[in-house]
Amino acid sequence: MKLQNKVAVITGSSKGIGAGIAKEFALEGAKVVVNYSSSKDYADRVVEEIKSNGGSAIAVQADISKLDDIKRLFAETMEAFGRLDILVNNANVWRYEMLDQVTEETYDMQFNTGLKANIFSIQEAVPLFGEKGGSIINISSTISLNPVPGTLIYASMKAGIDTLAKTLSKELGPKNIRINTIAPGMTESEGSTADGRPGSEMERTFLAQTPLGRVGLPIDIARVAVFLASDDAGWVTGERITAGGGLL
Amino acid sequence: MELKDKVAIVTGASKGIGAGIAKAFGQQGAKVVVNYASNQKSADSVVDEIINNGGTAIAVQADVSKIEDVRRLFAITAETFGKLDILVNNAGIYDVLPFEKITQDDLQANIATNLIAPILCAQQAVELMQNGGSIINISSSVTSNAMPGTLVYAMTKAGLENVTKTLAKELGGKNIRVNTLSPGFTETEGAYEKGLMGGEWEASLLAQIPLGRIAQPIDIARVAVFLASDASGWVTGEKIQVSGGS
Repeated sequence: MKLQNKVAVITGSSKGIGAGIAKEFALEGAKVVVNYSSSKDYADRVVEEIKSNGGSAIAVQADISKLDDIKRLFAETMEAFGRLDILVNNANVWRYEMLDQVTEETYDMQFNTGLKANIFSIQEAVPLFGEKGGSIINISSTISLNPVPGTLIYASMKAGIDTLAKTLSKELGPKNIRINTIAPGMTESEGSTADGRPGSEMERTFLAQTPLGRVGLPIDIARVAVFLASDDAGWVTGERITAGGGLL
Repeated sequence: MELKDKVAIVTGASKGIGAGIAKAFGQQGAKVVVNYASNQKSADSVVDEIINNGGTAIAVQADVSKIEDVRRLFAITAETFGKLDILVNNAGIYDVLPFEKITQDDLQANIATNLIAPILCAQQAVELMQNGGSIINISSSVTSNAMPGTLVYAMTKAGLENVTKTLAKELGGKNIRVNTLSPGFTETEGAYEKGLMGGEWEASLLAQIPLGRIAQPIDIARVAVFLASDASGWVTGEKIQVSGGS
């Protein structure tokens, strides 16, 4: 039980990688806040699964592209659990578009839920960690260093996220707060399925270049998140770990 | 018990980071081969500590810069434990040398132990890792934070980091993961021997560490356990710097 009694907030954890992390954290003894923006049914299902495995979790709605919602998310966390130990900035929206199709709207959509929300979530969370400190994990993507056509906005935004840990590890180290990045590679999720990725040519291309020869699953990412959230990573801060089966 | 019944070789494990990793592996249920080049007494006490804590370990002498010794190390491992799951390429020499004083012998000796030996060990390891495995190459944060006096050391470690990337691609199909663990400054017997502890060098390094203290071998060992275990099953070809943010 690597996260016994720790309280963790995971943004965008109704599905996909976020849900995988929420469930794995709960299995390791954490009390989990499953944040969602609009997928209430999915979020409730994650909470139910956690509880049926003997764990502790609540679902909290908050659209983290709005600062007031971020404040409310953390207020509800403190009200329910009285402390905060781990923040996972996972919430993610993406739209792949070639340069000539990119609009202000898609820029704002991806940056506001991604980079901007990460920064303000961290700002809100840091005072709540207290003297004991804590662990912040930002979910990036292998796309940030190895972009492909169509990922201009997404890659730029994730590159910004990559830099948060490098900057803030130095600011927050004296407060005993570690901050790191996980960059998942191609990972199966409800989102990627909705995008039509399974069996697609894009997937085939990525698979051919993946040394471990398969697509990632949320549990693959979740295990790295447990490591970074736990004391095993007590000397790791400011780092970015790719979890992509060798596809960087 | 994250490494239950796994067989691990840790090269250069008689002291310092290698010893810390060997002991942590033993605690997690692994059967550990504690390799040493010349320091038998220290290697034996690492083995004793592992056994006293309920674990399994043997000490095996081998100068890993020599192919015959490498073959012997792996043959003894195969004979004793029948398989291999984890290889930690930790053995290394660390000469702090002003640039003007570097000799060809220094270059060749450092390359032999720090860069060639890990490759020779990895080759042997692959033959024994029939069910997949994890290779961990120990580098150093000097590859990303260049420091005067460390040219030879940093050069060999940078080479080793690149070996990780290529090898991960070559061995992925055999389910063998390869990663680099790059420690920052750590309090070890070696650090004391080189006069790096308790003076200006230590103080200036400490000032650059956001987490505000000097690392202990256990800080590094915990990350080695992660990289050796299934928790990092989706991580290969990667480098994790373990330096408290410095």
